[in-house]
Amino acid sequence: MSQMWTAKLRNKWQKELPIEKLLPDDQPAYVSSWIYVFGVLTLATLAVIIFSGIILAFQGPAWYHISKTGKFVNSLHFWSVQLFFVFMVIHLWGKFWMAAWRGNRFATWATGAVAFIASIATAFTGYLVQTNFDSQWISFEAKDGFNSVGVGAWFNVTNLGQMLLLHVAFLPAILGVLTVVHVLMVRKRGVVPPIDSEPSPVNEASK
Amino acid sequence: MTGWFADFMNHPATYLKSGWLQISVTNLLVILLMLAIFTLAIFLPFPKDKNRHHE
Ligand code: HEM
Repeated sequence: MSQMWTAKLRNKWQKELPIEKLLPDDQPAYVSSWIYVFGVLTLATLAVIIFSGIILAFQGPAWYHISKTGKFVNSLHFWSVQLFFVFMVIHLWGKFWMAAWRGNRFATWATGAVAFIASIATAFTGYLVQTNFDSQWISFEAKDGFNSVGVGAWFNVTNLGQMLLLHVAFLPAILGVLTVVHVLMVRKRGVVPPIDSEPSPVNEASK
Repeated sequence: MTGWFADFMNHPATYLKSGWLQISVTNLLVILLMLAIFTLAIFLPFPKDKNRHHE
């Protein structure tokens, strides 16, 4: 067999995540509960956030702070974030109480947990770039906190340019990558069986 | 913003306080809403797939 890295990657990918697992048309019976819908709801709100965010970036603040349509898209972006967090927290509670890290699913849980932290950072920088009294208040409270731990010069919450670039470029890119890996991990391992389900290799392995 | 909604919104948040614990009414309502949706998601029956034949 060829030892090119392309061949190695292809073989590993085909073994661990064949197309049948990536795009299934069937799920185990225990998946028919509303609690399993919240991952996809989180994903759907994230899509609305990214889409409305791209429109905001193209049109610029002179549009989204002044025109009616602009204010609407700005609000769509903001309220999708509120829904995103509500759905993500319910998703997290669901996965926590079903101990969904069982059966070799640590990477799924860990990418989710880091995505949660990345989402908070993204939302935080988002609140800082509103250029209103809210963002002024938040940044002037936060700067003392960041200065007290010695990172204020490097991560300067009163530097609008830095916060805007982190909010629209760096942090969404990180969150995007984490989300893709997270969902691929779910596909690779399959949905975790309920804790009280009959003995299965997964349940045995996670005892 | 104008109208009753503006009157309802345009003032600083009301805070509940009990010793070291302090929370705005808005944040408390959001947490209660999340708990309510979580409970509903656990107990509401999930619709059956009609196109699926039983195995
Ligand atoms: C960007 C935010 C997130 C998105 C878009 C997302 C999306 C998803 C989706 C679509 C699924 C599969 C469907 C489901 O079971 O709900 C899933 C599963 C899962 N999520 Fe998330 N999630 C996010 C955040 C989190 C967080 C914060 C945690 C916990 C720390 C988490 C833990 C899990 C676990 C453990 C599973 C796998 C369960 C299994 O294997 O059956 N996720 N996620």
